[in-house]
Amino acid sequence: MNPTFNPLTGYLLVAALLFAIGLAGALTRRNAILVLIGIELMLNAANLNLIAFWRYGPHPEALTGMMFAIFSIAVAAAEAAVGLGLVIQIHRHAHTTDLDAMNRMKG
Amino acid sequence: MSVVFYIIAALSVAGALAAVLLKNTVHCALALTVAFAGLALMFLELDAQFAGFAQILVYIGAVAILVVFAILLTRGSETPKDGVYSHSPWVGLVLAAGVFAVLGWAVLHSASFLPHETTQPTVTVMDIGNALMNRYVLPLEIVALLLTAALIGAVIVAMHDKATQDGPTSDKEGAR
Repeated sequence: MNPTFNPLTGYLLVAALLFAIGLAGALTRRNAILVLIGIELMLNAANLNLIAFWRYGPHPEALTGMMFAIFSIAVAAAEAAVGLGLVIQIHRHAHTTDLDAMNRMKG
Repeated sequence: MSVVFYIIAALSVAGALAAVLLKNTVHCALALTVAFAGLALMFLELDAQFAGFAQILVYIGAVAILVVFAILLTRGSETPKDGVYSHSPWVGLVLAAGVFAVLGWAVLHSASFLPHETTQPTVTVMDIGNALMNRYVLPLEIVALLLTAALIGAVIVAMHDKATQDGPTSDKEGAR
């Protein structure tokens, strides 16, 4: 590791990797809950970016990135609650959480 | 870059990989908890104590439990016989790899322009509370409204619908 290596680069790379993993999970899994898990991973990767830029940015005392991450966590919690409620309701109607089997609205 | 960062990064990435790769859905939820914990540790490593503890409380304490509840309520722990991946997983894999390639290329090629402050920010929870009550009071109220709406919406969506009742077995699910 060269001495001028920016620590922010490491955090951004980890966030990019987590985002890609979450995207791959959301696009390839068949269980609707696993797709939601992939979306949560992507949201977390974005939060890591916000916090990392806040920490290494020029004005950490302004708290902008930190506030953005905290509000993002709150919105993600609301999204998870509504999404999982929808999955449970769909399971009650269709008796499956397999996304490939949910083709009733297919055009 | 410290050794601690590499350990935490490996923990998070391993947890995330296990969460999307494992066959048993319950194991996926547990691996997701490991990934959330790794990210919370990373927030603490970045001197964002409040965000780190919020991450632990909200994600490990609430979202992971909610995911486990949903998996058990939908009997999703039974592995389907015809595989856990969609019919065309290569499209998703190629898309994800392409997104990672573009993001990694952008990060590595902009490394010299990225900000690099070495001073540790001295932010106390009191500063965060003051900011929430002064500059960010309107977003705070909007988030409160959003959480209330999401709470009511989730209850209504998951509430038992008498008209579509098809058996007494779904009564327990309606109590959620």
